[in-house]
Amino acid sequence: MPRSHCRISRAITAIALLGLLWLGAAAADTLEDALPGLADRALPVKKQAVAAIVAAGEVRALPILEGLLVGDLYAREGDPPVVLVRSAGSVVRSIHPITGADLGEVDRASIKKITLTNALRTELRGAIAALSLGSPDPQVRLHSARALMQDPNPAAVAALRARLGQERDTRVRATLDLAMAVADLQVGTAESQRAAIAHLDGSLYPEARNALATLLATDALDPAVAVAARQALAGIDARVAWNARAETLFFGLSLGSVLVLAAIGLAITFGVMGVINMAHGELMMLGAYTTYLVQQAMPGLLDYSLFIAIPAAFIVAGLFGVAIERTVIRFLYGRPLETLLATFGISLILQQLVRTTVSAQNVTVENPSWMSGSWQLNPGLALTFNRLYILVFAMLVFLALLLILKRTALGLQVRAVSQNRAMARAMGVRSARVDALTFGLGAGIAGVAGVALSQLTNVGPNMGQAYIIDSFMVVVFGGVGNLWGTLIGGTVLGVANKFMEPWAGAVLAKILVLVFIILFIQKRPRGLFPQRGRAAEG
Amino acid sequence: MRIVKALRGDTGGQVMLAVLLAVGILVPILSLAVPAASPWHVSTYTVTLLGKYLTYALLAVAVDLVWGYLGILSLGHGAFFALGGYAMGMYLMRQVGDRGVYGNPTLPDFMVFLNWPELPWFWHGFDRFWFAALMAILVPGVLAYCFGYLAFRSRVTGVYLSIITQALTYALMLAFFRNEMGFGGNNGLTDFKDILGVSLQADGTRAGLFIASALALALGYLASRYIVSSRLGRVAVAIRDAESRTRFIGYRVERAKAAIFTFSAMLAGVAGALYVPQVGIINPGEFSPLNSIELVIWVAVGGRATLYGAVAGALLVNYGKTVFTGIFPDAWLFALGGLFVLVTLFLPRGIAGLMTLRRAG
Repeated sequence: MPRSHCRISRAITAIALLGLLWLGAAAADTLEDALPGLADRALPVKKQAVAAIVAAGEVRALPILEGLLVGDLYAREGDPPVVLVRSAGSVVRSIHPITGADLGEVDRASIKKITLTNALRTELRGAIAALSLGSPDPQVRLHSARALMQDPNPAAVAALRARLGQERDTRVRATLDLAMAVADLQVGTAESQRAAIAHLDGSLYPEARNALATLLATDALDPAVAVAARQALAGIDARVAWNARAETLFFGLSLGSVLVLAAIGLAITFGVMGVINMAHGELMMLGAYTTYLVQQAMPGLLDYSLFIAIPAAFIVAGLFGVAIERTVIRFLYGRPLETLLATFGISLILQQLVRTTVSAQNVTVENPSWMSGSWQLNPGLALTFNRLYILVFAMLVFLALLLILKRTALGLQVRAVSQNRAMARAMGVRSARVDALTFGLGAGIAGVAGVALSQLTNVGPNMGQAYIIDSFMVVVFGGVGNLWGTLIGGTVLGVANKFMEPWAGAVLAKILVLVFIILFIQKRPRGLFPQRGRAAEG
Repeated sequence: MRIVKALRGDTGGQVMLAVLLAVGILVPILSLAVPAASPWHVSTYTVTLLGKYLTYALLAVAVDLVWGYLGILSLGHGAFFALGGYAMGMYLMRQVGDRGVYGNPTLPDFMVFLNWPELPWFWHGFDRFWFAALMAILVPGVLAYCFGYLAFRSRVTGVYLSIITQALTYALMLAFFRNEMGFGGNNGLTDFKDILGVSLQADGTRAGLFIASALALALGYLASRYIVSSRLGRVAVAIRDAESRTRFIGYRVERAKAAIFTFSAMLAGVAGALYVPQVGIINPGEFSPLNSIELVIWVAVGGRATLYGAVAGALLVNYGKTVFTGIFPDAWLFALGGLFVLVTLFLPRGIAGLMTLRRAG
């Protein structure tokens, strides 16, 4: 029953569409008249048919041209002479190329694919872009304007000119203007070329730069045009260079934010408690694996998984941290080098634990949809959302930690114990409990950092090792016991690293940063922002 | 005579040297003179393995010297070991001559592969054994002196020093991974053929290297023992226990530190130079911070500030590693990690401490 019902409604739709077609009869005629030509085997006839469809300039022709381009358009006996083909599994259905009505199942043997030549394909692309300019959706129009800019051809220019008069959307208009200018550069007179150059000046679209470069490479160029083009090109290059700098800065800040996230937990355990936690990287790894497990447990909630993973990772890593503090570290206070060795042992155990319980291989942590994509600042500069969010996230974590340390009772006790343990105890602070909570807090922050890292890098048992040395460098560089130092230290090191990379290469940049820190420590053994007062002694 | 005096009261060291002497004589005989069918025969594989352990033991002595007696926890001694190893590896590489895959008489295979036109300047001279041997000692020594002098002069101590030594070896690892450095990049130096004109694969060479390692360990031990029982050694212990006080009394703390640190790095370089011909390869992995931390635990297991404890710890942990990775490869990291935790918690003075405790009680 439902099936026949469906058919009836389709028939009604088809009739309604036919009625509409009747109204636009003249256009429909050219479109329909051209169809047999498409099915023809002779290439010139096919070309003519395509040209006729393009000339008709109708949005309805889009599915035909697109189908032709991707190879979904088939010739067959009967009316209509060509059909669009959709295959769903083993079933192949044919669709009317103009009305879009379902014409039922077909046998593959009864239809024949319409073949194309490369020249025809190029022409089709231009035609599709030109036709899409008439689409009601501004996004589609923008897209087609950019496509035309990449591949301007005479037919397209005509379509552009026609469209420019009617376009209301400013962004589409601007793009159309540029596309026209690019086209004018190639075919126009010296006069129109100069106008076009003036228009392209400062444009960040790579196509604009390419068009100018191509123009300069042509022989017998008008000298005035050449001068103008050269100037415009220099202007564009200067802006591109600024873009590149801005991008490097963004990458540097992004790396810096990762370093800050990784180091800030360490800054607490190292700076506040004087404990060298070599297992810090492994606590980050636990956070990343928590993200993985959350995603495995709730496959339907991928987009929300990070919001579940952040508190979960904080709790998991925090509990591990409290356990480590209670069983090992509390016996080693005042002996930082021993805590270094013991926590290193713990890091080996945690690595092997993950290797045996989860997998020795890296696991895949998915990015939620809102983390992918990028923020297009201008045509040449896009900031990826995942790095942007992690940058913001690092700042939030930093602020939260700052608030905890400065504004809560726990923070007050932590600072008291770190400054003068004996006096704090005398004032009634339960230092053992504060130690456990502080270490748990540092570990929990490491877990949260792991969630962020899982969105940027591979998640595997060894991932923590890659960060431990860098994190220590950040803490030592920034000054132990100073959260602001960690923030500034991490950011500076991240940005410096990325700015050195273009001319030194990634590895050498890293080596240079390490050497710089080694030398820096000689000059300022207590880091950028040394602790002052009595806490600095010992 | 003074060296003999240095051994007085060092029962552990006397026992260790006696055992080393016995093993150094017996193992080569059992390997070369006893027929392979005999149950007393020691295979070449075992000889090489023991030789490797002895170089590790020498490295552990070097670490104990700075950690046990100077209070510097160096997390970068693996770097000095690897530098010594690279110096020897360069000599062995030059000895390959035109027997490499590409048959180039001067350029090692990896340079031919990377289209290097000629030998880089720092490879010159390494075709002579004495030069390579000198470099295996000098390069780690000079690096340690420069690094130590700078660090000690600025009074970088404790944890900070540990972390920057770790940064040092990490930076060197990254650097040696680069092909442009001219040390074979990722693959390092390998496919050695012979040393001092004799084949590296020959049983006699293996036994010879074993004897050399035992000798180096004995001499290194005696020299270290001599240093710690000298005036310099007593100043070192004073620095370890109260650095500021020693400085105020009038001792040049940074000089004493730099001297011992440099000597220790040279010992590590010798150990590396003996290690490479026995294992047949040196690559940047030897610089990894993990290796340097691992060798600290050998010393911790054996017992700090005893020297012979470092030897015992290195042998024991490495023997355990060989056995463990053979039987349960997955459990080794658990065992090593557990060792780190348990030793620091319950055996702060290591096995040597356990023995003195029993003697006292």
